[in-house]
This record gives sequence, structure tokens and C-alpha cells, in this order.
Amino acid sequence: MNSTVASEGPSQATVKGSYTYGSITDKIADIVLERRTTPGFAIALAIAGAFTVLFIVAIAYLFATGVGIWGVNEPVAWAFALTNFVWWVGIGHAGTFISAILLLLRQKWRTSINRFAEAMTIFAVAMAGLMPILHLGRPWFFYWLIPYPDVMNVWPQWRSPLVWDIFAISTYIIVSILFWYMGLLPDVATLRDRAHKRWQQVVYGLLALGWRGDARHWQRFDTTYLLLAGLATPLVISVHSVVSLDFSIGNVPGWHSTIFPPYFVAGALFSGFAMALTLGIPLRALFKLHDFITDRHLANMAKLLLACGLIVDYSYAVETYTAFYSADRYETYAIMNRMTGPYAWVYATVMFCNVVTPQLIWFKRIRAMPVVLFAIAAIVNVGMWLERFMIIVVSLHRDFLPANWGFFTPTFWDLATLAGSLGTFALLFLLFVRFLPAISMSEMRKLNEETRGVDR
Amino acid sequence: MLDLPPIVDRRSFMKLMSASIALAGGACTRAPLEPIVPYARQPEGMVQGEPLFFATALTRGGYAHGVLVESNMGRPTKIEGNPAHPASLGSTGPLEQGRILELWDPDRSRVIQHLGQIDSWENLASLIRSRGQRWQADGGEGLRILAGGVSSPTLLAQWRLLLEKYPRARIHHYEPVNRDNVYAGARASFGRPLEPVYHFDRARVIVSLEADFLGGLPGHVRYARDFSRGRRPEARSMNRLYVVECMPSITGAAADHRLARRSSEIHSLALRLAAATTGPVSADALPWVRSAAADLQQHHGASLVLAGDEQPPEVHALAHHLNEVLGNRGATVDFIALPVTTAQSNRDSLAQLVEDMRHGRVDTLLILGGNPLYDSPVDAGFAEALRSASVSIHFGLHHNETSRHCTWHVPAAHELETWSDATAYDGTVTIQQPLIAPLYGGRPVHEMLAALTGDFDSTAHSLVRNYWMGVFGNQQPEERWANCLRSGVVSESTARYENTQAAKAVVGDAGATAAVGTVPDPKEIELAFRPDPTLWDGRYANVAWLQELPKPMTQLTWDNAAFMSDALAQQLQVTNEDVVELEVGNRTLRAPVWVVPHHAEHALTLYLGSGRTAAGPVGTGHGVNAFALRTQNAPWFAGGVKVRKLNERYRLATVQSHHRLEGRPIIRAGTLADYLHDPQFARQESDRRAASLYPDVPRAEYAWGMSIDLASCIGCGACTIACQAENNIPTVGKSEVIAGRELHWIRVDRYEDAAAGAQRTLFQPVPCMQCEHAPCELVCPVEASVHDAEGINVQVYNRCVGTRFCSNNCPYKVRRFNFLSYSKEDAQSAALHNPEVTVRMRGVMEKCNYCLQRVVRGRISADRDDRALRDGEVVTACQAVCPTQAIVFGDLNDPHSEVRAAKGSSRTYTLLGELNTRPRTTYLARVVNPATGRDPSEDGGER
Repeated sequence: MNSTVASEGPSQATVKGSYTYGSITDKIADIVLERRTTPGFAIALAIAGAFTVLFIVAIAYLFATGVGIWGVNEPVAWAFALTNFVWWVGIGHAGTFISAILLLLRQKWRTSINRFAEAMTIFAVAMAGLMPILHLGRPWFFYWLIPYPDVMNVWPQWRSPLVWDIFAISTYIIVSILFWYMGLLPDVATLRDRAHKRWQQVVYGLLALGWRGDARHWQRFDTTYLLLAGLATPLVISVHSVVSLDFSIGNVPGWHSTIFPPYFVAGALFSGFAMALTLGIPLRALFKLHDFITDRHLANMAKLLLACGLIVDYSYAVETYTAFYSADRYETYAIMNRMTGPYAWVYATVMFCNVVTPQLIWFKRIRAMPVVLFAIAAIVNVGMWLERFMIIVVSLHRDFLPANWGFFTPTFWDLATLAGSLGTFALLFLLFVRFLPAISMSEMRKLNEETRGVDR
Repeated sequence: MLDLPPIVDRRSFMKLMSASIALAGGACTRAPLEPIVPYARQPEGMVQGEPLFFATALTRGGYAHGVLVESNMGRPTKIEGNPAHPASLGSTGPLEQGRILELWDPDRSRVIQHLGQIDSWENLASLIRSRGQRWQADGGEGLRILAGGVSSPTLLAQWRLLLEKYPRARIHHYEPVNRDNVYAGARASFGRPLEPVYHFDRARVIVSLEADFLGGLPGHVRYARDFSRGRRPEARSMNRLYVVECMPSITGAAADHRLARRSSEIHSLALRLAAATTGPVSADALPWVRSAAADLQQHHGASLVLAGDEQPPEVHALAHHLNEVLGNRGATVDFIALPVTTAQSNRDSLAQLVEDMRHGRVDTLLILGGNPLYDSPVDAGFAEALRSASVSIHFGLHHNETSRHCTWHVPAAHELETWSDATAYDGTVTIQQPLIAPLYGGRPVHEMLAALTGDFDSTAHSLVRNYWMGVFGNQQPEERWANCLRSGVVSESTARYENTQAAKAVVGDAGATAAVGTVPDPKEIELAFRPDPTLWDGRYANVAWLQELPKPMTQLTWDNAAFMSDALAQQLQVTNEDVVELEVGNRTLRAPVWVVPHHAEHALTLYLGSGRTAAGPVGTGHGVNAFALRTQNAPWFAGGVKVRKLNERYRLATVQSHHRLEGRPIIRAGTLADYLHDPQFARQESDRRAASLYPDVPRAEYAWGMSIDLASCIGCGACTIACQAENNIPTVGKSEVIAGRELHWIRVDRYEDAAAGAQRTLFQPVPCMQCEHAPCELVCPVEASVHDAEGINVQVYNRCVGTRFCSNNCPYKVRRFNFLSYSKEDAQSAALHNPEVTVRMRGVMEKCNYCLQRVVRGRISADRDDRALRDGEVVTACQAVCPTQAIVFGDLNDPHSEVRAAKGSSRTYTLLGELNTRPRTTYLARVVNPATGRDPSEDGGER
């Protein structure tokens, strides 16, 4: 039966076209099992691999020589590493939002995008988790931040936000991996059953943990999935709030602001949706998944992007207003310095990328153009990175005593570490697309069944 | 079960067992005997782990500074002042602190060289013997000695002996930074060369004609102490300082009224001052002159006019004249003849030597120390003339620019490695004793001289001792010798002031003064040469601590630059780090530009001592060589300089890039009138102790605190380098300083801003504040930043993982991070390090900890004697070295401690007090004393 849509037109379809259980499974599983690796994919993999090698080299040189290979100094003791950390963690939040919160809110359109969004989260948090270790002066002692009983009875210093980060990030990565893996189980089992090659059968078989599609399996699956979604939901708010406390607990003018937790969470979702769009649009284009990731999905993600962007823009306004309202000379100077000081170009770029550009999404025509959405999303990604940079570096470089005012200039290794993390992320994502189903087959089958023939 | 068949039969068993025993027993031998010997006969008084202090002196240019050297297990590791020595009173300047690194410098020469090959003392000795025979015959006609400033009585006696033996030999003097002008000025006034000795504690009004008495003059540490005694507003009166100078110095920064003029213009200004002082005051147009003249007139016998070493003799004569007229001689200034005061000027002495060499009259030249091929006047022709001496022996610490062109080089023993003696600025003699046997086979200077006279057997010890035994005569010589060594002062050697009553100053009629001399063209650019505040004349170029010590008026490290005023820079259309070409006469030099506020307009200054080519790996290749433009007749300032902007830039390493206070109450300053009107003028509303959610820090037996008096601090930077020496702080190198990673635990911030009615240079030493509510402790994830019970915030190096959150959260930015492996781990560094302080590895945060090692040592001593610590028993390194004693440290629990008294002053304020960090280190507001009814900002105005 065709799916007909009464009032909203084909662009509002959650699944376009008519599919059966089998055809959905075929379409998605074939990407993994049947499709040959195209030269384009191989080239993309090679490039991502090259940047991954650069990443490894940068890390090795960093450990061998010290943090001094970066541009950090006194007073700017944190720069690229922390910016990367906050940016990557932020990106991850959108995936969890889509997977968990939208599930609990019963938004059916999250079905086709939640798998790769959750994968994006895991890879982003993996990159994020590396950064705090890399930025340490003595990274081989990073485990001292983790509370473990040692013979000297020395524990971490609980009042430090960096220790809270340990809890937040590790909780986040564990829950995210569990959640993602849980959802993967039926799909991996499907791949196991459909695989031709022996190694695929073995690997997928191991990963499937003996899933048989039994009714009891499904019942436990549903319950566990809901529970994990419930666990993951508060993490969307808490993790980035904790990350933001890294700054707002500090007394640096420009950091010491109570709006940081909601501001950062909104910013996280903002950059996360941007990255989801950046990944999802090419994914659907290259693998011809237009029927599953429809224009409606893109439009919804774009709307969420705009909504979060508006909250972020409001936060910028509040920050500026509060600084002047406080009449504190240091806070006032910090804001004025951002806008007119040596890093004014950063501020201007951030405003353009994060405030001006997303306003295009108000227009329905724009929302219907994936290429434009992709461009907006890329611009927002850059803008959000620069915004983290602005918060960290531009606040640090001029604080209380003018004698301490300094400047930060990135070195080659700063850029190499950032580029390397992007490359590694891309590599992981490409491998994910290659070896695992990029869309949740079991959930799509269920969705298709529920919505087939029903007016939407 | 027990009846198991045997695995092995009895025979085989016996065979096996005996074989095993044979193997075990036969192969085993007794461990080799390695007899160890207990340290049964230890040096007397040495306790393992306790440092010993030995008194000696360090000289520069012939002026001694009495020091106590800390010796750990026979290794000298730190220089402290000698409280018993009048030039020191317990303090030193920054340059003395660097001498330890100079001693241990691995780039010192270690072998005798002859024409570039390693040679032996025996060969040199036989050469000297053979020459000696010739000299016996011709009276030493071809023998010449070139030395720097010498104040050693023993060495001078050796010279007399040499000249008696070889009457036609000659001894020449050349110091690049010399006092020729002083001697010539004294000769004009008193008929013979004399040196002035100032008593700043008795002067209420001081007028300095480019005399950097706080930073550069011999005796500057003592002068700083005496001067600062008159800067205590609590006494309800302060001295007043007028300074006119070309290149800003710390003396100018301390001035109540500062005037910027080119060096050549100071002569006419001095004439105007003399006219106004001896005649009607109001005749002069310049407020600075009127005010200074009025003050001088009102302080007969309690004022002081002094001229800098760079000023020509006429200005010195004027100063002597004024002091005479004002009745200051005998009160605030006296005159003495020191061993270093020579009849012939340095310039002429060197010129004569060059002349002799050019005419082939010199066959043997001994250069005692120094570096004339680098620092002699560029038109003296020394390098070329040197070639005509068939034997030239360079005797010095390093194989430097000069020794490379001499036929022989002999490594010298460092002042800390040899017996000698030296005279201070006021005539006090110190017998120098060695702290360690020569590290690199260096030869003491006395043995070198003795060898020249044919005595190859005497040691420096015997020579010095014999001399002094001769002086002591039969008045308990052994006891006196021991006392002199112990105290570091030869008593009754100080200051036999000349009775110059008969001397008249000859300057001509004051009325005819106005049009004297050529008034320099105001548009012409003049180039001034000044000794470098940290490298002096380049002799310390290889001392990394001194290269990295920020120079007080510019905060530059590792290089020198062409300093100029903002106005000149705008006129030339150059900015900082642009490279310009300077042309003096027909010589050129390229130098980067650096703008210095308060520099005289139409003038440039270059510091001497940089641009060396053979200073060792640390010192070579930094900065530009100002000696390339310095001529015999214009050693201190040269006119008619052409400046051409080149299309080049040169990175300079500065530790501070922003110099304005931005309206923040960081340095609080007021006039004496403000203070008398309201002693609490420095207090602000935000200083009030605010409530805190954090619990108060409980007080233990001791509560350490510190107070820094900004009215006394002169910004010399001695505290910075003393801390570096005491706490094993590594240097990071020029590129790392540019990156912003210098590691100084106490730094001296320098601001150029309006304060107390004028644009002033404001200094503020900033160590760790040891906040009671330390923001750094809150954010360290591994608890490496902790508070001890006595109030010190302690950094646990072993625990630090290097997140650097503490640095971000420190509003004072006193925390220093080891971004790379800066600390060296070679044997040399291990030897010179203070054994009581951990050396930090890479990735670890470090900072000032109130010299915790000294606190602990003090506590241990007190515990051992079962008593409490007395005030003054624990002295931090910065406190000890400060020439003006601006830093006071002690126990806040002790009601009679000096620090309690200092903090009780109404001038006390807390830096960034509104942040409620409750620092244990507080400041006393700066108070200046401009003339009432006068606006000091007028000083720079009219001409």
C-alpha cells in the first residue's frame, strides 16, 4: 500500500515509498554486506587514515617532549586542547538527545537518524575523552583523577570540576556505548544471519550475543532500551553542565558566570545537531537513503538547530548584559575585550556563524535544500569551535593584572592535534558506516509497520 | 606408599650430590674485597646537610662587594650579602647573584692554549723564564700588562715589586665602564683624582645629574639602603630626589621630579642649576631647575648634587662646586682615593699601550682578565696593534674574543676559587678566601703575576697571607687574620676621607655660565651608551640567569635594542622590533627598536655587553654590539647619529607586554602630603574584609606573612634572581620567553602610568600571595595544591599531574609551569643546585613557597634548642637580598615581629583584595615627595 499523506505532502513522510520488512532490511543491510567498497570510499578512508596517523604522531611527540610543543603559556594555560574537549563533548549531546530524549517524547522521526547520531556521539566523546589526558603535563598519571583506593589513602580533590568531569564523561561514554550497543543487537543479529563470508558470520555472531529474535528477547529488549534511554536522558543536561563548571567555577572574568550550564548545554545541542546534519546529509546522498532520512527529518533537525541556536544567542545577550549590569570592572573589560580587543575577529566570526547564519532556517525554502543546510551546519560547527576558543582563550589572555596580559598563538602541533582528532573521528565514522548498519533496521521495520497507510 | 622404587640408586645419588657440592662450592669464591673508608676526619665544623657560610668579596671593575657564600658540602651554591660589610649590609645587587652560575659555568676554559693548541704551564713558565732573562738585561722594556680596574692590595704590591725588578715595564688599565670622568672632574676641582663617597641617609634633597646611584654606581647597594631610609613616610618627612637623565634608569623611576634630557644637554642644565642655586632661583625658566635650586638652598649641609660617570668632567666639577657652596662636603659627600683611582685615564692608558704596540715596543703583553678585543673603543686600533706583540697572554675565565687573538690563553681561577683581596667603594678591604678548589684548573691571578717576576713557587694563599702579615705587623697577626676572614672585613681599613678643605672648585663665574659650551642642536639625534643592567659590559653574557633577568626599565631579556622615546619612534616611523641602521661617523650598526617611556627625545640608547661572538653557547649571538660604535672620545654619548629604517624585523623577548594599570588599584600611590593629610589614603572600600563561605584558616604555632613596601622598592630585580638561585629555578631561553613561559617565582611588574600627579614608573614585586582562601587549592583535581598549617600554600610536585587549572584560577598568575624539560640534569647543574630544594620535572607546576626550606631549617634549629623561632631567624631569599629591605617576612603570631609592624601601617593594602582571597602577602602603598605647590607633570615641559 502506498503511503499517502493528506495534508502535509510527501516531504513530511517519515518513511517515503512503500516498503516491507524485507525490503527495509535489504536496503540497509546491503550497504554493509553486499555493496563493494567504491574508490571514493577508499580515498575518504585513506585521507581519514592519514589524519589519524598525524594524530598518533602528534600525541607521541606530545608525550615525549611535553605540553610546550603547543602554544599554551602563562596566562593562557588552556587553549586548543580544552576547546577541542568541550566542542567534541558538545557534539555528542545531540546524538543522545535524538536517541534518548526523542524516544521518550515518542518522536517517531528520530528512528532513521538515531543510529548514526548515537555513533557520532560515541566517537565524539571518545575524541573528547582523549583531550583532557593529552593536555596534562604528566599524562601518564591521568588515573590519579579517578577515585581508586591506593596504599597512601590519597583520593582526588572532590571540589575540583575536573574530577566531576571524570565522573560525567565516563558515565556518559559508558551509558552511550551500552545504549548504542543494546540497540545494535537485533541488527547485528540480522547481519549475522545474512552474512555470506565466514569471518562476517563469526564477528557479527559474537557481537550479537546470541540474539534469536525470541519474543522474550524482544520484551527484555524493549524494557532495557527504555531504561537506558531514561538513564541517558539526564546525561544530556548533566554532562555538559559539569563540563561548563570547569569554567564557571573558575574566577577568571568571562568564565565566572552562572549562565554557563544551560548556555553550554544549549550550545552542545546546537553544535551536535549541526554535526548530525553534516554527517547525515552526505550519508543519505551517497547511500541513497532518501526514503529513510527524508526531507522531513532534515527539516526537523534544522528546526532543532535553529531552536538551540536561539537559546545560545540569548545566552550571548544575557552574558553581555549581565557583565555591564554587574558594573564589575573586570567583567566589563572582559566583554569589551572580546568585542574590540586583539581577538575581535573571533567574536565577529562567532556572531556571524552562530547568530546570523542559522536565521536562514526560518525560511521553508532553505529547509528544503539539503546542500544549503549542509553549508549552514558546517558554518555552525566552525562557529561553535571558535566560540569555545573565545570563551577559553580570550578570557584567559587578559585577566586581573595587566602585567600578566599575554597572547596565544597556536603552533603546528595545536592544529595537528585538532585536525588529527577530526580525522580519527572521520575514520571511525567511515568504518562504522562500512561495517555496521547506519540506520536501525529493527526500529525502521517497526516504524514502517506502524505508519504504513496512516495519514500523517 | 613408602616403598616406592628408588628413582635414583645410591651410587648415582652420591655422584650427583658430590658433583653439585663441588660445582656450588668450587665456583663460589669470596666476594672481592672492597674496603670502604669512613669519613672519620671531616672538615672542622661541617655537619652533613648543614650549609656553612664563608665571608669573601666579589669585585666588578675594581670595586668590591662583601658577600657571604653558602657552601653545601664544600660546594658554593648561593651568594648572600655580608651584614658586616658597609657596601652590603646584608644585601647584594642582581649581578652578584649571578656569579655562582659564572663559577660553575661549564663553558669556562679549562686548558692552557698556545696558538690554538693545548699546552702546559711548564712551557709557558719556560717562556717566561727565558723572557725574564732578557728583561733582567733591558729592565723589562718590552713587558706590558693590561688589567681592568684593580683594587687588590696584594696585587698592587706585586706590581710594585714587578716594576722594581723591571723598571721599564709598564702597567696599563682599561675598563670599558670606567670612571675617567669622575677622576678628571675631581682633578679639576681638587687637583688630584678622587672618588666621591655619598651618604644618602644624611641628604634631604638629592639632585642627580644622570647618576644612577641606585643601580650602577660603585656602592649602589649601600646607596639604595641609605636612600630608602629617607623614604619612610611614617617618619613624617621624606627626602626628595631630582633626576635628569637620558635613558630611564631605576634612579629616575624613584625620582620625585624626573626630567628627560639628552646627555649632552645636562651640562648646560647643570650650569643653570648652579646659577639658580647660587643666585636668584626664579631666574630660570624651567620648573625642575627652580624647584631643585630652591630645595638645595634650603638644605645646606643636608643636600647632595651628584653627576653620573657618563657625564663629562665639567659637570662633575660643577657638582663638587655646588656641594662645596652648599656645605655638603663632609656631611653628605666625602672624597677618598681608592686603589682603583688611577692618575692616568683608562682611555689614555689604553691608547698609550696601543701606541707602544704599534711601534713595536711591546714583545710580551699580559692581559689580566677583560676582553679588550670586544670592548675597547672601536677607533683605538687594539686588535691590529695586538698583532705586533710577539707574545700575548690572555689570562681569563673564558676563551673569549680576545684570547682567540692572543698567542697564549691561561684559564683564570674565579674569585670564589682563589685567595685574594679587594677594596670596596668606601675603602673597606676584604680578604677574599676561596670556597672551592679551582674547578677547571684555573690559576689564581697572584700566581700568574708571581710567575712573571720569576716566582713559580708561591701560592696565592702564601702571597696574600704574607702581604697581610706584613700589614698587621706584630699586633696579634694570626688572630687578626682569622678575624678578617671570618667577618669579611679588614677592620680599620674603611674610608680615610680626604681632607679636601684646601681644594677649590674652579668652574668660573656662575653668572657667565649660561652661554658656556656648545648647545647641541636639538634636532640632532644623540646616541648614549650605558652599561647593561644585567650583563654590565658583557662579562656576564654567558650567565643564563642574568641574560634572562628582565632589565628593569624595559622588561627585555636576552637582547639589547636601540631605546628611544615614543616621539622619536613616531618621527622615524618605526615601532617596536623594527630594525634600524645607526650611523655614527662612518660606522654603522643595525639594531632593533624599542620604545621606552620617559626616554629623552632625539636620543637613542644602546646597552653595552651584547652582540658577543665568543661568549659561550649561552651568550653568543644575542643582541647587538654597541662597542662597534663606541669611540675613544665619545665613550658615553655621540652626536650626529643618522638613523635609517630597514625593511626588517627582529623578535625581542619581553616578559611583560602591557604597562598600563587600566584604572585598576593595583599599585596605590600618593604624595607625602596625601599621607600626612590622611594616613589611610590608600584604603579603598573594596579592601574591607568581606564575609566568606569558606572556614577561616586555623592558626598554628607560626603564621607566616610578608609585607612589601612599594615606597622602598627600586625595581632592581635582585629578588628575582636571588629566588632563582635559591630555588633551583631553570632558565627557559629566548624563544620560550617570547612564548610567555619564563619561570621566575617572584617577578617585578613594571607599570608606566599616572600616579600621585605625574606619569611615573611603578614597580611591584609579585611573589605568591599565599592566599588564605586560595583559589588554586579549590580547583586542583589531585590535591597537589594544599595549605599547610602555618599559612603557606604548598605545591606538592610529586602529585601534580599538570592540568594547570590552578594557574588559570590564580588571579595574580604567580604559578609557573614547566611546559618542557627546562631543568638540566647534568653534573654541573646538580653541583650548583641548592640541595634543599627539589628540582621539578616537566609537566609540574611550581611557585614561590616563602622559601619553605628555610622555614623548615629554622624550625628544626628551634626545635633542637627547644625554643620558638625568633623574628629574623627565617629570612626568605628575596628578603635577604633586597638592597632597600623592602620585603619583610616573618611570623604574624609574634606581636613584636617586624612583619606585624609593617602590616600595621596605615599604608597597607591587599592586591586584588575585592576577590577575597585573603593573601598573606600585602603591600605598602608607594609615597612620593614632590615639592608642594608644584605639579611634577610640568617637569618635562619647557626647555
